Order: sequence, then C-alpha cells, then structure tokens
Amino acid sequence: MSRRPLAVIGARLVDPSRGIDGPGGILVDGGRILDCGLHITAGALPERCEVLDARGLVLAPGLVDLRVVVGEPGAEHKERMDSAVAAAAAGGITAFAMLPDTEPPLDDPAMLESVARRARRLRSVKVFPWAALTRGCAGEQLAELRLLHEAGAVGFTDGNRAHADTRLLHRALAYASAFGGLVMEHPEDPFLADGGVMNEGWTAIRLGLPGIPRCAEAIWVERCVRLAEATGGRLHVAHVTTAEAIEVIRRAKDRGVAVSCDVTPHHLLLTEAEVEGYRTYAKVSPPLRTEEDLEALAAALADGTVDAVTSDHCPQDQDSKRLPFEQAAFGVVGLETLLAAGLELVHAGRLPLSRLIEATSTAPARILGLEAGTLAPGRPADFVLFDPDEAWTVTEAGLRSLSRNTPFEGRTFRGRVRCTFVDGRRVFDREEAEAGGGTSA
Amino acid sequence: MRPDTRPFAHRHLLGIEQLSREDVLFLLDLADGYVELNRRPEKKLSLLRGLTQINLFFESSTRTRTSFELAGKRLGADVVNMSVSTSAIRKGETLIDTAMTLNAMHPDVLVVRHADSGAVELLARHVRCAVINGGDGRHEHPTQALLDALTIRRRKGRIEGLTVAICGDLLHSRVARSNILLLTRLGARVRLVGPPTLLPRTFAAYGVEVYHDMREGLRDADIVMMLRLQTERMRGSFVPSTREYFHFYGLTYRQLEVTKPDVLVMHPGPMNRGIEIDGVVADDIHRSAILDQVEMGVAVRMACLDALTRARRAGA
Repeated sequence: MSRRPLAVIGARLVDPSRGIDGPGGILVDGGRILDCGLHITAGALPERCEVLDARGLVLAPGLVDLRVVVGEPGAEHKERMDSAVAAAAAGGITAFAMLPDTEPPLDDPAMLESVARRARRLRSVKVFPWAALTRGCAGEQLAELRLLHEAGAVGFTDGNRAHADTRLLHRALAYASAFGGLVMEHPEDPFLADGGVMNEGWTAIRLGLPGIPRCAEAIWVERCVRLAEATGGRLHVAHVTTAEAIEVIRRAKDRGVAVSCDVTPHHLLLTEAEVEGYRTYAKVSPPLRTEEDLEALAAALADGTVDAVTSDHCPQDQDSKRLPFEQAAFGVVGLETLLAAGLELVHAGRLPLSRLIEATSTAPARILGLEAGTLAPGRPADFVLFDPDEAWTVTEAGLRSLSRNTPFEGRTFRGRVRCTFVDGRRVFDREEAEAGGGTSA
Repeated sequence: MRPDTRPFAHRHLLGIEQLSREDVLFLLDLADGYVELNRRPEKKLSLLRGLTQINLFFESSTRTRTSFELAGKRLGADVVNMSVSTSAIRKGETLIDTAMTLNAMHPDVLVVRHADSGAVELLARHVRCAVINGGDGRHEHPTQALLDALTIRRRKGRIEGLTVAICGDLLHSRVARSNILLLTRLGARVRLVGPPTLLPRTFAAYGVEVYHDMREGLRDADIVMMLRLQTERMRGSFVPSTREYFHFYGLTYRQLEVTKPDVLVMHPGPMNRGIEIDGVVADDIHRSAILDQVEMGVAVRMACLDALTRARRAGA
C-alpha cells in the first residue's frame, strides 16, 4: 500500500457539504481525503505526489444513488452486481442503495450480508442494501427491522409495492423510530393505480390505455406523511411525480415532519407524450406526467422541497419490454444518465450546479446516513471528475448495464463523466474505457 | 363492375387516425360497389386469387371474423382462420414470435384482433404483408367505423352536418374511438352520452360534446349509436347494476321521443337486450339499422382488402 498520494488540481471544485464552489483541488492519500479546497493549487503540493490536471473539469463528491434495482439475486439475466457497479462507476456514482425486492427478497440479515459481501469483493462502487419492510416484501408481516438495521440496512421498503394496510405502515414507522430507522414508501394508492399503465388523461384516452389518476399520488403521500407525523418515524417518499404531491410534502416540511423525497431524471425531463406509439421504454412507475408537473418538480428541486435526484435504475430485458404496452414491465435504466440528465436543468438555467451536486450526492448520503457526499478532509476519497460541457449521445450499445431500456436513446446530453474514484482508487476512466473497446472499468 | 384501380397510400389499416378524409371517402366509394356485388347471386371475384389472408384472432369473435372470412373468399383469396384457443399463444409464445412465424409463411394480408391496445401496431412492425386491425384493446376498430359510416351514408345520403349520439361504455370501446375520429373527420356533429365512470370529461378533447344525461344527449339526434357494456374489460364495478344502467342509459322508445323523428338506431353488436337497448327498439325495422351494419361490414372489408393489396397485385 505504498501508493503515492494523488493530487487533482485546476478543477472547478463543487462541494455543497461545505458551501464551496470555485477553482480548487483535492489531495488524497491512503483512500482518504487529506485536504480539499480552493487552496490546493500547483504551487502547494507535497513531494512525490501524482498530479492530475483537471482544467475544464468539475470536481465533486461522488454521486449517491438512493434507489437501484440490481438483478442479483434472481434476475441475473437483467443485471448482475458487477454490471450494475460498472454502469454506476461510468455514471459518476460512487455509492448506491439497492432495493430489496429481489428473488428471494432481502428480508433476512444473512441475505443482506451476502449481497454486501458480493459488492465488496468487486472493490468498486459501494453498495448499501435497503432491507424489506415486510417478510417476502409481501406487505403483510413486518420483517425483523432492527436486526436488519444492525446488519447494515440503510432503511426499509418493499420497493414499488405501496402498503394498502395503513395500520402496518403506522406500526413500521413507530417501531423504526426507536432506532432512527428510515421507511421508504412508493407514492401511489394501489387501488386507484390498479391496472393502470400510464398517466390518466387525454393521451391515455386516445391510446386506449388504462390510466392512473394523478390524485392517487397526493392522497398516498398525505397519508404517509400523517403517519410519520403521528409516530415520529422517519419517512422517505420515493419518486414524487405530481405538483399536488409536492405541495403535500412542502406543507409537511413546514410543519416539521421528518420527511424527505426524491425525483427521477425521467420524471424531470419526460412527459406522458413519450408513450405515443406505445413505447414501452416510457412505461415507468409512477407514470410519466405532464409539462406542468415537470415545471413543479424542477422548481421544488431548486428550492429544496425535493431533497434528492435518484436514477430509479430498473433493468428490464427485451423480453420484458417488447410486448403490448399493457403487458410490458415497468422501469428504465438510469445509472449512466443520472448526472447528464441532471445537468440539462443546470444548462437550462433552472438549477445551480452546486444544488444538483447536493441533490445527487450530499442529500442522499445524509438521508441514508452514509459517510459520503462530501469532500471534507478525513472522509473516504469518493469523488467524480466530469466535463460539464462535453456533448454525447445516448445509445443502447454504449451502455454498460446488461439491460438497455433507456428512455433517453438518441438524446444528446451536455456533460459527461471523465473519472470516478472510490476510496482514492480510479474505478472508471473514460479514456481507458474507450481505448479498451468500451469494456467496463 | 367497373374496375377501380387507383392506388391506396397505406400499407396497413391500423386505425382511422392515420386516414385522411380522402382515404375514408375512397374506401366508402369502393365499398358501395361491393354492396351491389354482394346482393347478386354470383358473388365471387378473382381479384385476390393466389393471395393468402390469415385471420389471426387473439380475442374471440364470431361476426367480425366471419365477415372478414367472407370478404376474403368473395374476392378469391385463400383464407385461413387462426384463433387463440388453437394456437401457440396459450403455450407462452410472444406476440412478436407469432408475427415472425406467420410472416415466414408468406401471407399477403393479416387480419388481427388482440385484447391489448397497440398490439396490432406492434405486430405490424414485424411482418412484410399488409395488416388490417380487426380491433385492438380499447384503441381502434377501423373497419367497424367504416361500415358504420357506409351505413349512415346510404341511409341518410350524407354524413356531414348530421348529429350523431354515441351512447354507453365509451371508456372501454374501440368502436367509439374509431367512430369519433371518422365521423368528426367527415363533418358530423358528434355527441357522447354515458355515466361519468364510463365517459370521463377528457373525451371532450376529441372535439365532441359530452353528456351524462341521456335525454339531453339525444335531443335532435339524427343517429343514435349504442355501445355494449364491456364487462370483460372492467376492473371493479363502473355502474351499480345493469338494472340501474338500463333505467338511465338504456335506449327505449321513451328516450327516442326527443330525437329527430327519422332517427336511425345503430349497434355494433353483440347486443345485450334489456341492458343497453330495449329489444323492441332494436327490432324496429323503420329505425334500426343494425342488420344493415352487418351487411355493410362485408362490403367494407372487401374494399379494405382490395385497397391494401393493390400495390402487391400490381407488382406481381
């Protein structure tokens, strides 16, 4: 372990955890941050140190993705741990939380430890498991929440299953409040959403597809917020998509309820119009909404009502998507486009760059209670270097994920990851990846 | 019959949405000729001789399948019927696999009915032959709209300017969607009538009037088109009972008091007497055009088969 210290200089340093945004650099040694700030320049470096000139690039804490579906165990043909990790690294993500609704589900401490071990062995992006809220993610009996918590669960959820049993959710929030456990809930009334495959409205009527009424979301979020308020439990509302649900969360936060929420790049950038032509790659849960919702989500992200942006990475193979729309599976991949999609709002002047970094790194790390999302000295050296202006076009073939169900196929983004570092080690390098024929880092 | 050999600009007939007013009129004019042919004792032409037509029905159907089968046979095509109960679909084959398998048998026309909206369009992308949508989910049923238009035009002499009330389960109806598109394109004034659970206000975006009260909706109508309650597509109950539904939205003589005296009553079938329509109204030969619709169906499907195979026949 006699690796030389690494210095990155000449970058635009953005570290929202310390309110820094300006020309600066970072010094890394032994996997940790030795120093980082505006004072790290070419003239002030220790001897024998490897120097990386990052002119024109942004240096930021590595992205933390709140919600990722990994195919392991049970759906390895859609995504494996190694492919998910490679895709994350290429997307500038240095840590992600994986969902527990696998097959079998992560509802047992031993299961949790086994996936964590699988991820550790890859020595790359850090993977933290969510644990099942109920046994088998079946929505009936609480899982062993506290044992799971001690086994390293970042929180509890049954993925995209909303809990119709209000009393169950009440108990879960109350029980978990004893040890600060986080409960994440899918924001959709399952009765109103039953059978629906897209946003209810004119497009659904015209295409003859069953719609999900938008009130299904605000109703459910209000209900969850009231339960959190009543129990003192910590609630995270996953993928909020409507202006009305945003209002519910805004009012709850004003009252001091311990609630956080996130939005996804596809809900920030795409509307229900994507479903035209029965494009199953635009089939997501909750469904894509309208222009007005895009506006409301972007504004709420800017003002902090929305805490985080998460990829909601959900790999689906062709057999699950090349079907009539109603039969096709929900979900899109997103690890590799999370940052670039977020930068669209920055380039459009809707969001300061530092707020985007906060929402994709600092805030999710805080919500999950991880030692990440910051470039403070002494912390693990998990960071990303990206060119904020490089234009690139998303192609299915260019993705590292085993599944290619991106809704952004053919879209040209501005902003691309150059290098990703985890514990001071380079886990992704664009030049190397491209020279090596595009194989994973 | 004088041969009409003008080309038709579409490879498939997937919906009314893709057709211009001229396309619709072209098909209706062509169908008029076939109505006359079908009334003669000798009904068989050799126009489609040597061509293979496969009727691929993923959803059960008697009248539409028979209508397409007769249409193909009267034009001289070899017609094969495939229905879901005898096919590989039940064994787990995907729609695209089925499409590619059939494609390898070199059919010239596929007539497809499927329970999912958009499924026929998806299948059409994977075959080389012409595809006719015989009904996809709640999306479109273009030949039904064409035969309804032909029925109206022959009985009323025109479509433009007529007031057409389409009543009942709009939400689950592909017939309604195709009819709304076609009738508005030809200048009819379209009204929709039904309870809010089966007729959301959003339908007004088609450029039609939405009524939840039957008598208001039927006032001065020239045409009343009744739709069946599509219980097979419903999740949960949309109306409290069929008795209550019939009371408020069933077509009876009392409801017909407010329409034009020469109102024409239509129904795409199959009818549920006593649920959406009173049997005596359906059987009233002065008002009901229900059997005309069935007759027009064969002629319209012959016109579609003729039009869609023209490029292929000219090239052969």
